[in-house]
Amino acid sequence: MEVPILKQGDFLIATFQAALSDADLENLRRGLVLQVVKFRSRAVIVDVTAMDVMDSFASRTLREIAHMIRLRGAETVIVGIQPEVAFAMVQLGLTLEGVATALDLEEGLAYLIEKFKNIE
Amino acid sequence: MSAGDIRVAINSDQDIVLARQKGRSLAIELRFSAVDATLIATTISELARNILAYARKGEITLRPVVGSGRQGIQIVATDAGPGISDISQALRDGFSTSGSLGLGLPGVRRLMDEFEITSRPGHGTKVAVKKWRQ
Repeated sequence: MEVPILKQGDFLIATFQAALSDADLENLRRGLVLQVVKFRSRAVIVDVTAMDVMDSFASRTLREIAHMIRLRGAETVIVGIQPEVAFAMVQLGLTLEGVATALDLEEGLAYLIEKFKNIE
Repeated sequence: MSAGDIRVAINSDQDIVLARQKGRSLAIELRFSAVDATLIATTISELARNILAYARKGEITLRPVVGSGRQGIQIVATDAGPGISDISQALRDGFSTSGSLGLGLPGVRRLMDEFEITSRPGHGTKVAVKKWRQ
């Protein structure tokens, strides 16, 4: 199942569907980095609202995405981690250290707009 | 093995998704809370991942269980892989021999109410866990 990547001005928005396999996550990682380069995007929002499970592989892949995007000089925000998924992640000892998160897409966009406003 | 068992062969990363979806459905059917259904699905994901990482193939069995008047769910992960020579080490946070993810087993133990592991080096590993409905 491919993750659609939407271009929205300077930002890219990737919206997870439920039930992503490891291969889907790896494709997303590759796709996002390529598109950030192609569109000279300043930020990526990864919306995981629909994600049923965030296990060790998924959270590691998200951390890697954020780090790769940062090496390109752009920012990543993970939005929409569901409360029960957050609970399971903490119990499991998974962290998204060093990665910006926001409640939902709206808050993620607001965070980025505010951030870039100060830079300009 | 009883009639109510759900068995999922784990041979690829797609099977991880299938196994955890079946686990979530069973948990919801057994009227577990949304949080517990997610903990169960996450556990299945990690156990199936361990099977692929260490043994390449194996099986996840999901089973409704009743104990002390409580409804529960049992998840059993079995493989015929290399086995674990030092189980206490494998249960320590941060330990991994697959070179990638070290929090599988200790994490799973925190997510579940009961945890049992048996392993014979050269013959395989069996991890059986239970979660009771609150």
